[in-house]
Amino acid sequence: MKELETYKKECLLNILRLYKKANAGHIASSLSCLDILFFLYFKQMLDNDHFILSKGHAALGLYVVLAAKGKISSDELETFYQDGTLLAAHPPCSGKLNGVVFGTGSLGHGLSLATGIALSTRYTGKNDKVYCLISDGDCNEGSTWEAALFSGHHKLNNLITIIDNNGLQGFGSTKDVIEMAPLKTKWESFNFDVYIAENGNDLDCLQKVFKSIEFDNPKPKCIIAKTIKGNGVSFMENKMEWHYLPMSDDQYFKALQGKIT
Amino acid sequence: MRKEFSATIGDIAKDDSRIIFLTGDLGFMALEGVRDIMGDRFINVGVSEQNMISLAAGLASEGLIPFCYSIAPFAVFRPAEQLRLDLGLHNMNVKIVGNGGGYGYGIMGATHHALEDIAVVSSFQNFHCYIPYCNEDVQNTVKSMLQYKGPSYLRLGFGVVPPSIFRPEFSPIRKLASGDRLTVVGLGPAILNGWTALEEIGDHSLADLFVVSEMPLSELSEELMLSLNRTKKLLIIEEHVSRGGLGENLALFMVKHQINCRFIHRVALGYPNGLYGSQGYHQKLCGLDPLSLAADIKTLLK
Repeated sequence: MKELETYKKECLLNILRLYKKANAGHIASSLSCLDILFFLYFKQMLDNDHFILSKGHAALGLYVVLAAKGKISSDELETFYQDGTLLAAHPPCSGKLNGVVFGTGSLGHGLSLATGIALSTRYTGKNDKVYCLISDGDCNEGSTWEAALFSGHHKLNNLITIIDNNGLQGFGSTKDVIEMAPLKTKWESFNFDVYIAENGNDLDCLQKVFKSIEFDNPKPKCIIAKTIKGNGVSFMENKMEWHYLPMSDDQYFKALQGKIT
Repeated sequence: MRKEFSATIGDIAKDDSRIIFLTGDLGFMALEGVRDIMGDRFINVGVSEQNMISLAAGLASEGLIPFCYSIAPFAVFRPAEQLRLDLGLHNMNVKIVGNGGGYGYGIMGATHHALEDIAVVSSFQNFHCYIPYCNEDVQNTVKSMLQYKGPSYLRLGFGVVPPSIFRPEFSPIRKLASGDRLTVVGLGPAILNGWTALEEIGDHSLADLFVVSEMPLSELSEELMLSLNRTKKLLIIEEHVSRGGLGENLALFMVKHQINCRFIHRVALGYPNGLYGSQGYHQKLCGLDPLSLAADIKTLLK
């Protein structure tokens, strides 16, 4: 895990550097789920497994992890946000980016797409698993719950939904906007096996939770990962505005403090 | 047409295990046979059109060929964003089947009509719309739709073709009958009202009759251009709103080819008196019924 922490730190630095270079926002959204993305790609998923990023606004988090895995070249990563790039603020819909079959960006699509792929294995005979990362905002969308009903009914135990449960959404906290509690009970009532990662920003914690998944149990899985929006940059943590803001030069240097050795 | 559609899809699915059939909880008295033939490849996804479309995209990404069935307005408008993003932009080989295009569901009322479906769907990237004009045309149309390996929309309606009319193989624009004084172009089954209008007048030799069964148009056929240049009179019939429909599509190509015609364009006008009735009632209100069209033909021939 120690070596992985070093790679993960490189991913974090890439996120900050590329958002700064692009003068772009969605920084805190990527930081919130970096650990989950990193864990899935480096510790959990097999080569044939599938991943759908339903919270497409955290695209840079995905891009840096795909680059760390060697699926995107470092040259391509540098094109983030530039004219003529595949690496837009949200993942591309063109099918041209290695590792990204479905582009996203409008919330509420990811879980249905993942459900379709999970269902396909019943016809193709493959053993693939499908991982789908959704946000608190995704949980507001009716289509997310349509997909949950379907996958629960059809007992798609190769579907793993991970909720990046940082408690903040587009224009307020989930508590103030649409109270999702009791989240665990909701997903259980849709016939999911539900697991809680009390610290979704910790690789060890994620490891323990994913190891405990009972894949033989004929139910889709839901992991509620309790995360911190803006995790790793103290002045961004749990601040909704860092969903949107780009960093000033001062803020960028402050964000890097203690991270470069 | 849904019985013909069911028979066709049942036949195709027997030989092609990639076909998966999804329905949004509709198909009573039509899809039972398909369900029996397809077994676990037939899934009633429940009343959840958005999920049905994205789910189909996921299936298609793994090489399967999903059909998504509902009545036309629910198949198109409720999941419009899913059609646009998950199928259109990703160019996924998924076939949407909407039953009862236009005023097909008659007295069921406005929620069940689809007057803007072709405009909406054909504006999405990579989508092709297929509109068979009669029951006997469904099989050919579905087979042609399957030749296109991208997102498609099949608009089923109601159309019983008279035995005397010519029934050509599928192509986007087909000539069904020949005449010499005007050109009638109809979208799918609407062309049959043009045929009946000529019957009312008592002279089938008045008009060239063309049916358009694929939208958006990619070009005019040579035969249609010849007809338009010869008659210089055009009647367009479509059970669809004017915006984004057949008439606007035709006009663009007519300008391109510098074809100038006197024309009358009959379209779905929505609900001009705020009242509801059968498909025939709504056609009459819009001037899409055979008697009104006969009057239009006489006007153009004056």
